[in-house]
Amino acid sequence: MTEQAHNGPSLKTYFLIWGALIVLTSITVGVSYLELGALNPIVALVIATIKALLVILFFMEIRYSSKMTMMVVVSGVFFLILLLSLTLSDYLSRGWSHVAR
Amino acid sequence: MQASPATEHHNPALKHHFADMAQQKETVTLGMWLFLVTEIMFFGGMFAAYLVYRILYYNAWVAGSQQMEIKLGALNTAVLICSSLTMVLAVHFAKENKKNLVVVFLLITILLGLGFLGVKAVEYHNHWIHHEVPGQYFAFEHTGNYDPRHVQIFFSLYFAMTGMHAFHMIIGVSLLSWLTIRALRGDFTSEYNSPVEMCGLYWHFVDVVWIYLFPLLYLISHQHV
Amino acid sequence: MATESKTNYLNANYGIKSWLLTTDHKRIALLYLISITAFFFLGGFFAMMVRLELLTPAGDLVQADTYNKLFTMHGIVMVFFFLIPSVPAVLGNFLVPMMIGAKDLAFPKINLASWYIFMVGGALTLYAILTGGVETGWTFYTPYSTTYSNSNVVLAALGVFVVGFSSIFTGLNFIVTIHRMRAPGLTWRRLPLFLWANYAASVIMVLGTPVLAITIVLVALERVFHLGIFNSAMGGDPLLFQHLFWFYSHPAVYIMILPGMGVISEIVTCFSRKRVFGYEFVAVSSIAIAVLGFLVWAHHMFVAGISVYAAMIFSILSMFVAIPSAVKVFNWTATLYKGSIRFDTPMLYALGFIGLFTIGGLTGLFLACLGTDVHLTDTYFVVAHFHYVMVGGMVMAYMAGLHFWWPKITGKMYPEFWSKLSALIVFVGFNMTFFPQFLLGFLGMPRRYQAYPPEFQVLHVFSTAGASILGIGYLLPMVYFVWSLRSGKAAGNNPWNAAGLEWTTQSPPTTYNFDETPVVTWEAYNYDEIDKKPQEAPVAS
Repeated sequence: MTEQAHNGPSLKTYFLIWGALIVLTSITVGVSYLELGALNPIVALVIATIKALLVILFFMEIRYSSKMTMMVVVSGVFFLILLLSLTLSDYLSRGWSHVAR
Repeated sequence: MQASPATEHHNPALKHHFADMAQQKETVTLGMWLFLVTEIMFFGGMFAAYLVYRILYYNAWVAGSQQMEIKLGALNTAVLICSSLTMVLAVHFAKENKKNLVVVFLLITILLGLGFLGVKAVEYHNHWIHHEVPGQYFAFEHTGNYDPRHVQIFFSLYFAMTGMHAFHMIIGVSLLSWLTIRALRGDFTSEYNSPVEMCGLYWHFVDVVWIYLFPLLYLISHQHV
Repeated sequence: MATESKTNYLNANYGIKSWLLTTDHKRIALLYLISITAFFFLGGFFAMMVRLELLTPAGDLVQADTYNKLFTMHGIVMVFFFLIPSVPAVLGNFLVPMMIGAKDLAFPKINLASWYIFMVGGALTLYAILTGGVETGWTFYTPYSTTYSNSNVVLAALGVFVVGFSSIFTGLNFIVTIHRMRAPGLTWRRLPLFLWANYAASVIMVLGTPVLAITIVLVALERVFHLGIFNSAMGGDPLLFQHLFWFYSHPAVYIMILPGMGVISEIVTCFSRKRVFGYEFVAVSSIAIAVLGFLVWAHHMFVAGISVYAAMIFSILSMFVAIPSAVKVFNWTATLYKGSIRFDTPMLYALGFIGLFTIGGLTGLFLACLGTDVHLTDTYFVVAHFHYVMVGGMVMAYMAGLHFWWPKITGKMYPEFWSKLSALIVFVGFNMTFFPQFLLGFLGMPRRYQAYPPEFQVLHVFSTAGASILGIGYLLPMVYFVWSLRSGKAAGNNPWNAAGLEWTTQSPPTTYNFDETPVVTWEAYNYDEIDKKPQEAPVAS
């Protein structure tokens, strides 16, 4: 049976992504030594997310997969964010009032 | 078989309840991605605990994080990134029916994975020597503007998260070893290579988890607390 | 009657290995049926002990620790080993491939693995029970479970951890199967609502169960290594455990109820001979319940110490989640309206479901409302609420489904008189058991208490009496179902003249369900078309 043409990334793309990941890792270590206050965790997470996206889109080939697959990943991430944010909504608002419980 | 016209020859890897290899491949891929979503939520619970306490006990988190060996963590991050590259190359060559290259790159991936685990073992040992392993023998040596009990919680989550990650690496290495044996047997062709691809997905996912663990555990802050 | 000589999935091969190593989804469904029935009666035994103790105000039947173990194990066994698997693992496993015209689920071996994992989890939990039990409550609250309890916490938790993977595998299998293996022509808009319901429940299984798994891991680590993640004496927060636990355990109740609702949709349409009213609304409401169900978990924590602002958010969200459930109830009622109603046994259970689930659901609103929850939380009102939705709702739906599809599964009919009598006994026994508990709760009777003030005794006696009747109602089907296997009337392909691809096959079906993949050109519940034709069993391919 004729397999559909391998429509994933090329070898060159793989090496480029690999290079980007290494560079981003160095940047993340370097930036951590700068004192950016509240921006430090944000920068760290943004870089981590870019790296994760590169792996997911190119190495895991989500970019070349069906919409269904993408939906599945997006919903996984969405529910994780729900878990984190709604749990935090409790912790962050505990100090807002001194209502006796 | 189905009533659908069977024009292609029956690939021996085709399971009877699927109409053709394309449906089988799509199904298996969707199944693997759903499994990875369960893993996102599985690790997610620990990330939630981490996040809550990082906000509540920030100084303790900084103090704990500063005990991490950044060089080793960065090295491990690079090792995993390289292993993801070699994994993706193994998949690529499986699709091109190049059996020997598949075996070579699977073996390199395994070696890199074992390297990662070796470095982790060194790190864990160092933590143990410094009484940073939570439990009976925990005794945090540094004092500062934080409660040492909270530092113990940091280390509890550190070991839980990296330990769970390492456990997944061990599973990954085992899966890749099994794949290598199958590749040597000549199981994978350009028509049938989804096991390599699926294990690859799993391997990349474990890499992504580490991509987040590294900055969150090792790089919180260098400020004195 | 003619003895059965057709080859079907039951007689296709013989021997214990052909059952224990089967990948046929129908045989796996039966393996589950036997296991969860056993767990149901084990959980029922614990319930009986609890109700016996509560006959008298004093704690005089068992010791206090034992009582705590009894209600804990009743909860663990019923929730994890009966309610969560019941409809999906038994009816879902059997019917999902058949309803979509497939030969099997997407991953038959994973299906078998899920049953073995279920059994391993069950064995671990049984071992925990038999070697001393666990008395933390099925909710495993910290720091009692992690620090102060002297019972088999880790072992019981491990059993629950393992069985969670059984659930995840089932859900994963269903989602992939329904996406990728539908017969030609079977669009989403034509899917039986049973599939929409199981799909929605499967989404919850896949997204929620892993969080329970990791929470249990953390509890086990904390207990074994004396960490402090959930222990305030060591700087941790017990409420963090509760957040993580309820993130799964609230959606878990929708894992339990959604498949039951799917069963009701199938039965209400068949026994009113009508298309369902508002198909799209019922389908979407299943998805809405699954999604909204993830947003409400802290309503179990209103008085635990969470911030009052978070409590307000969770309270309003909890009210929202009632809406899609109400949509279903309205649509079923509208389906009944001007239908040609037949009161066969499945319909009796389904009608019971609609009434009792409505009561249970409405009482949930009392608990969602912050002010009333302060009075009612941790009282018998809560106990009554969840038993109304779980037993009056879910278990009745499961019984409805068993009675509806029994002829398809076994090729036999059960005796009509006994099945209707049992349904009636269940209905009466159930209400007699649990309605008094609403009153008890309102009057202040706390849950999980062994001893209570004498003024509550009358209601407790009523409740225990009802429980005995309920028990008889559940035992009778055991007898007549088993009887029917040998001596029941042969059922024929479609004794109810129901819509749905599963009814086009022989009863019991062959191993691969369909000789040729059906092509679907009709809408779901096309009873108007079915009833126009002369009464004949639609022939299988």
